[in-house]
Amino acid sequence: MTGIGAGLLLQLGLGALAVVTALLAAPSLRSRAGGILCTLIAVTGFITGLAAMLGATGGLLIPVALPMDPLLLAPDRLGGLFMLIVSGVGILVSIYSMSSTSGPDASRTAWVAMPVFLVGMQLVPAATDSVSFLLAWEIMTLGSTVLLLADHASRASVASAGIWYSAMSQLSFFFILAGFAVLAAASGGTSFSNLQAIEPGSAAANVAFVLLLLGFGGKAELVPLHVWVPRVLPEAPSHVSAAMSGAMVKIGVYGGLLVCVRLLPDGPAWWGIAIMLVGGASALYGILQASVSSDLKVLLAYSTTENMGLVFLGLGASMLLRGYDATAAADAALVAALLLAVSHAAFKSTLFLGAGAIIHATGERNLDRLGGLGARMPVTAVAFGIASLGAAAIPITSGFVAEWMLLQSLIHGGRQGGAVVSIAASVAMPIAVAVIALTAGLALLTFVKAYGIAFLARPRSVEAADAREVPSLMRISLALGALSVLALGLLPGPIAALVATTVSSDPTAAVQTVGLGGVSLPGIGAVLDPIMLVVLSALVAIPVIVAIIVSARRHPHRTVDLPWGGGGSRARPRMQYTATSYAEPLVRVFDDVLKPSRDVQVTHVAESRYLVEHVRVEQTVSDVIETRLYRPVLNLFQRYGKAARHVANGSIHRYLTYSFVALLIVLIVVSL
Amino acid sequence: MSAIIIALVQVVLFVFLAPLLMGVIRQVRATIEGRAGAGIWQPWRDLRKLLAKNPVRGTDSSWMLRVGPVALVVSSLLLCVLLPLVGTIPFALIPSDLFVIVSIMLIGVVALALVGLDGGTAFGGMGSSRHMTVAALVEPTLLLSVYAFSIPAGTSTLSVIVETRLLSPELIISPVSVLALVALSIAIMAETARLPIDNPGTHLEVTMLHEAMTLEASGRDLAWLEVGSWLKLAALLGLVSNLIVPWGIVTDFSTLGLLIGVVSIAVKVLVLGVLLSVGEIFLAKVRLFQVPELLAGSFALAFLAVTASYLVA
Repeated sequence: MTGIGAGLLLQLGLGALAVVTALLAAPSLRSRAGGILCTLIAVTGFITGLAAMLGATGGLLIPVALPMDPLLLAPDRLGGLFMLIVSGVGILVSIYSMSSTSGPDASRTAWVAMPVFLVGMQLVPAATDSVSFLLAWEIMTLGSTVLLLADHASRASVASAGIWYSAMSQLSFFFILAGFAVLAAASGGTSFSNLQAIEPGSAAANVAFVLLLLGFGGKAELVPLHVWVPRVLPEAPSHVSAAMSGAMVKIGVYGGLLVCVRLLPDGPAWWGIAIMLVGGASALYGILQASVSSDLKVLLAYSTTENMGLVFLGLGASMLLRGYDATAAADAALVAALLLAVSHAAFKSTLFLGAGAIIHATGERNLDRLGGLGARMPVTAVAFGIASLGAAAIPITSGFVAEWMLLQSLIHGGRQGGAVVSIAASVAMPIAVAVIALTAGLALLTFVKAYGIAFLARPRSVEAADAREVPSLMRISLALGALSVLALGLLPGPIAALVATTVSSDPTAAVQTVGLGGVSLPGIGAVLDPIMLVVLSALVAIPVIVAIIVSARRHPHRTVDLPWGGGGSRARPRMQYTATSYAEPLVRVFDDVLKPSRDVQVTHVAESRYLVEHVRVEQTVSDVIETRLYRPVLNLFQRYGKAARHVANGSIHRYLTYSFVALLIVLIVVSL
Repeated sequence: MSAIIIALVQVVLFVFLAPLLMGVIRQVRATIEGRAGAGIWQPWRDLRKLLAKNPVRGTDSSWMLRVGPVALVVSSLLLCVLLPLVGTIPFALIPSDLFVIVSIMLIGVVALALVGLDGGTAFGGMGSSRHMTVAALVEPTLLLSVYAFSIPAGTSTLSVIVETRLLSPELIISPVSVLALVALSIAIMAETARLPIDNPGTHLEVTMLHEAMTLEASGRDLAWLEVGSWLKLAALLGLVSNLIVPWGIVTDFSTLGLLIGVVSIAVKVLVLGVLLSVGEIFLAKVRLFQVPELLAGSFALAFLAVTASYLVA
């Protein structure tokens, strides 16, 4: 047995052990024991994934008696990369959950589901045939659904989220199953090597492409299949949201890459354009919804849609450019998409864990009631701040490198050697750059709002004022997450070079390491060295800091209760800007897209109509896609269900008649 | 080596030039409006005064009030180092890539917005919110005009773009370049909080953007915020002037060339500052909710510039 096979087997064994432990352990030990075993599963997966990404081969053959291709778990380099992403998030989440879980989150069921979820996620990228892929996929979905439902007894919104999640997961699964079925029927086998033989231009390939894109797009939270996201991610326990958004969504991305890069490469141009359109629309819609949201976890959930949109935008651009033989730009776009996925895993899981820490400390996830947490929860504040910088793509974090590389590949994609590549590319590239730019700008606003309102200024509620820092294991997990965001941003060269080996036929032509961990794209002549940038900033900062020290010694600062109060002496914390008011100009600007509903009630003083006693303002921004696209369909189903009630009224005689008639029809049909 | 010298010269020159530029802009405006004005050295006197005061900080304000202004200054200083102002000789590992430069500028934008929020008053939050909304809407124009400039040069590295324009001046007056330049200028006006997007001389709550964020800062905190904003304006005006009139910039290192480069960029920036000031006399601030329309217009120009340069070329 090879090392990879042993690693996979060890994961399965540890998973089984974790399930048994969760069933048997005493409630007081359950979280600790489950967390340790889940960490071990994730560490095993991390090592296995790393080995596979570095080129180790081998795997685990699952014997079956059915007449089909063998079930083989043997991750290739790309699969290894995604195992690495998933298990990296798994490590953070497992360490965190050891001390974050309590009550229903730490129930026996929840701790049985956790290892199932983790192992399922790591087996999907290891699969080399469609049957084991689908099996692992369902294990993953099952585990996550049970984890989501942990708190369903006390909160009705969790149950509703569970229904949405199950329905959308099954819809995704149906599309994926149908897509693989079409491919398998056309190729005569179920293993990926057989499916690869299909001609990309054929009708079967086109049908399968659409079905698989719908299926994987649903898991990757792409518009318009994202409707489960703003319900499920906020309602799940925070460590589960982190695992879902940081890891599970990446499995959807892996599916997209599997289809577009492995199984059906070199498809027609419209595939690339379609993926770019879906990705661009998701990016814009996701970040718009995120920027106007005042619920911290809803904000993070929508921002996941945005990030996955950007990943698919990069993937689509690379497919389009490869079709026009702009190989250098295509490779760079694909590597950028993968780097975005890696960095998203790092920063978004840290952000969700940070949101969990805030909920742990205050019980609030409504930004309008937070504030001043920076002084009360310093570790959480720093970790959340670094991860926010990553999400806003600010230099020296991982998000910046990925976005920079994507922009570079796009602006060099339009022409090659001085000649215009094609009309399609020369229109698509500027639009893509504009979409990324607007997305980046709004992401900046979103995360300035999230960090600034939650951690700076004065507390807006008693809960926020009484917040205390979270326990040490949660802090360690947050610090690890923040460090990975910085490390991925400071050493992009080696990481990008490694990532390039998973998708590029000639990785050194696509990406190289320069200087101190800097990255260079030789094909398009762009260089970025974040460490040098840090050194340069330190150099220019020295005189400023010296001036501050000198000035601080001569003129120490004075601390007063409220220095200027914006010119007023009674500026109370409630008068501060809230997250809702922060996003108000944006809601006005994008009024036509967001369709907010606003309700203002003015109560006058009894003595005079000219004096106001109090004003109540309520504003809700609903998901337009849900209300316009899903509601009508759901209402239709509801009407159909109500109508069908008359047919099935519970009378046993009627049901017996139905079976009798059905039997008669079958007999008649057979006799024909 | 020559790259380091040029970078050093640029930083020192712009630290000196930026307050002077502000003084000139204010004095020109005062003179045209028929006021006496405070003289072109007033920003220097303001700085000396602010640095000699004890800053007042609130009990609820965090480290952001101290670190934010420094971050803004450092980001503006980095702009002065990386942009091709005096010379076009870049660092090998940190070329003046426009995307990197825009992101460095965004560090300052974010720092200022967070300082605004940290004060814990309605004014700071309001300014911060408006500032970030404008910044978000400016971003597409900014990056698309970068894209448009990068097409003829084949790279987004600014020093190469400026050198290309120096070698083939017909590029400067090509319609594509003019469109991109107008779009970039509008974006820079928005980024540096100038008219018609923000009125730098006002303290009226309905119109404030930049001023509202600095209201709670005092002493050296306020001084760094001011210096950071001035440096940013000076550096970006320097960039625009080098894109319009690239002559005088140092491409091959020599002492005489350096001297010419220093004098020429100083003259270019000050002339552009005077033009800006004169232009602002004739402009009124647009309503906050008409700013998006203005920015959409500039975005259209930038988009036209990019597609035209593909389809015409």
